[in-house]
Amino acid sequence: MGMDSLIGGTIWDEYSQKVTELMNNPQNMGEITEEQAEAMGAKLIVADFGAESCGDAVRLYWAVDPKSDIILESKFKSFGCGTAIASSDTMAELCKGKTVDEAVKITNIDVEKAMRDTPDVPAVPPQKMHCSVMAYDVIKKAAAQYKGVDVDSFEEEIIVCECARVSLSTLKEVIRINDLTTIEQIVDYTKAGAFCKSCIRPGGHEAKDIYLVDLLEEYEKEKMAKAADASLSGNIAFADMTIVQKIKAVDKVIDDNIRAMLIMDGGNIEILDIKENGGYIDIYIRYLGACSGCASSSTGTLFAIENILREKLDQNIRVLPI
Amino acid sequence: MEVYLDNNATTMIDPKVLDEMMPFLTEKYGNPNSLHKYGSATHPKMVEAIDHLYTGIGAADEDDIIITSNATEANNWVLKSIWIDKILNGDKKHIITSEVEHPAITATCKFLETMGVEVSYLEVNEEGVLDPQTLRDALRDDTALVSIMWANNETGKIFPIKEIADICKEAGVLFHSDATQAIGKVKVDVKEIGVDMISFSAHKFHGPKGVGALYIRGGVSLTPCFHGGEQMGGKRAGTVDVASMVGMGKAMQLATNPMAIAYEVNHVGMLRNRLEAAILEIPDTIVIGGTENRTPNTTLISFRGVEGESMLWDLNRAGIAASTGSACASEDLEANPVMNAFGSDSELAHTGVRFSLSRFNTIEQIDYAIEQVKKAVERLRGISSSYAYSPKNHVSGLGAH
Repeated sequence: MGMDSLIGGTIWDEYSQKVTELMNNPQNMGEITEEQAEAMGAKLIVADFGAESCGDAVRLYWAVDPKSDIILESKFKSFGCGTAIASSDTMAELCKGKTVDEAVKITNIDVEKAMRDTPDVPAVPPQKMHCSVMAYDVIKKAAAQYKGVDVDSFEEEIIVCECARVSLSTLKEVIRINDLTTIEQIVDYTKAGAFCKSCIRPGGHEAKDIYLVDLLEEYEKEKMAKAADASLSGNIAFADMTIVQKIKAVDKVIDDNIRAMLIMDGGNIEILDIKENGGYIDIYIRYLGACSGCASSSTGTLFAIENILREKLDQNIRVLPI
Repeated sequence: MEVYLDNNATTMIDPKVLDEMMPFLTEKYGNPNSLHKYGSATHPKMVEAIDHLYTGIGAADEDDIIITSNATEANNWVLKSIWIDKILNGDKKHIITSEVEHPAITATCKFLETMGVEVSYLEVNEEGVLDPQTLRDALRDDTALVSIMWANNETGKIFPIKEIADICKEAGVLFHSDATQAIGKVKVDVKEIGVDMISFSAHKFHGPKGVGALYIRGGVSLTPCFHGGEQMGGKRAGTVDVASMVGMGKAMQLATNPMAIAYEVNHVGMLRNRLEAAILEIPDTIVIGGTENRTPNTTLISFRGVEGESMLWDLNRAGIAASTGSACASEDLEANPVMNAFGSDSELAHTGVRFSLSRFNTIEQIDYAIEQVKKAVERLRGISSSYAYSPKNHVSGLGAH
């Protein structure tokens, strides 16, 4: 949010001049027929991607020189919004003169960059980045057809966010290294999820195999499992414990060292809550029975409890009686 | 030529409405609640505005028409106060609405669901309207409110509002209707229908933006949403925007008198039909929701092979303003609920363009629009993969992603 997000209906204002011009007058719009390809001594490739029912679709025509694998001519037809048409046009342009192997390396990000008026200003608003993805997918299909291989053979890694082309392995690594816990953090660190938002959670513009919320959940479980394992082996720092483990650990220390004495005097103690507070770990307790009126409950006894918890668990513990 | 065919989004202020408003934006700036002459100078026109509003929708003297900032506020007020009055402080649990309401209803209901309210979003039939039997089946003993729109913003389809009101009355459940798209297009008579509450917004019938109202039948109690001063009989606090209220009153008079409704049906309806008939001559075009029982000014047309936003783009270049429910044209890439109701996976969801006319459109404008629509369809189908060449042995891969 912020001042830039207060006025709606700005999608078209954010299109670059190039996007606008290509939408008004696409340069590579058209078809290549078998006869035309033959006349060039080229092989005709026709590849389709998308569907009208999905909101965008493209048909790419290539005339490829079978000796050099060079794309001699490249044309498109596209069903979609202005940015889909401009992206398809730019994609067709970028293919021209390249070998098929080179063309496969063209990504949607290359297409978007080629449509910028100035290097630093995106050519399309974030939610329209999605339209350029189709341009990348159709190239792969055309190349697969030309080479007689499966489309998947061009994808070396699993891409979770297609708009920003962020892979599964990158996401997992960034989440782990930086201990990310929210979608906003992932967007800030990787740009994944910043555009069409389909990859964030189910129910978006397009169904996905993997969502960012799944990755966060997986990491959370991973952390939890690690904490459980460490706790089992006894070598986990108090600060790294889950809240339940912390409560259990505090209770155990009190059971082993303090509770018996209090009970002997007709009192007891209960743990109310554990909170992280700046550098401190605050443990809220309540005295029960005789302890609740005892003079030393806020002095001697309290210091004793605090000292033993600090010694056994963590130096930053503070005990706060309620 | 400039042709504005997006009157379901908003309308131009009628110059006669602006004339009525101007004194209250200039010399008559008093607070209506002040006792001195600056205050009292606002009263005659406010009283006149109230008369126009009551006459316009057929309200009885004992009913309330409370001025709000728009229909969105009125809709929020109804839903949230019913929640407070009948669910939090009563024994009801359930609200019924339809799946094709404006977001002012749907998003508010979604919010109430997070607060524990049970909401039924009733499906519409293939014509895009609610089947009364669907409502009968959904009513429960703990239903607190039924909120169903009078006419749909995208298709213009008019809901069977009388039957819905009768069903609610029989079941003893309050019935609210968002009449934003109906006022000034068809006769809205609250007494004849027997509706408990309706919402509307002035800018949809050539009044100013930022003002609307909630009609509340006499005897229906609704906790206020805005607390503060004693304005609007204590039911909606906040200094009344006198200019806007006066403007809305005048706009209501101009839009709902019998002559105006007749003009809407005969003249605006004729222009809409002229536009629609000419467009339907283009192959592969259909009217979404069919042509029966619609507001006279609206048509929602699907152009096969032409995505809605690109159609708007070309029309905009030609000086024509229309609208699309296509997901691509929205900020969040969500198709609007009406398009989803007709099948979010179908081509229709991306190819629908809405033309909504007003009494200010002329036959020359419509003929120009027809010509430009044909040009746009020709150009965009020329680009479209849906109409593209493929070699003999090519198996189309234009299926699902």
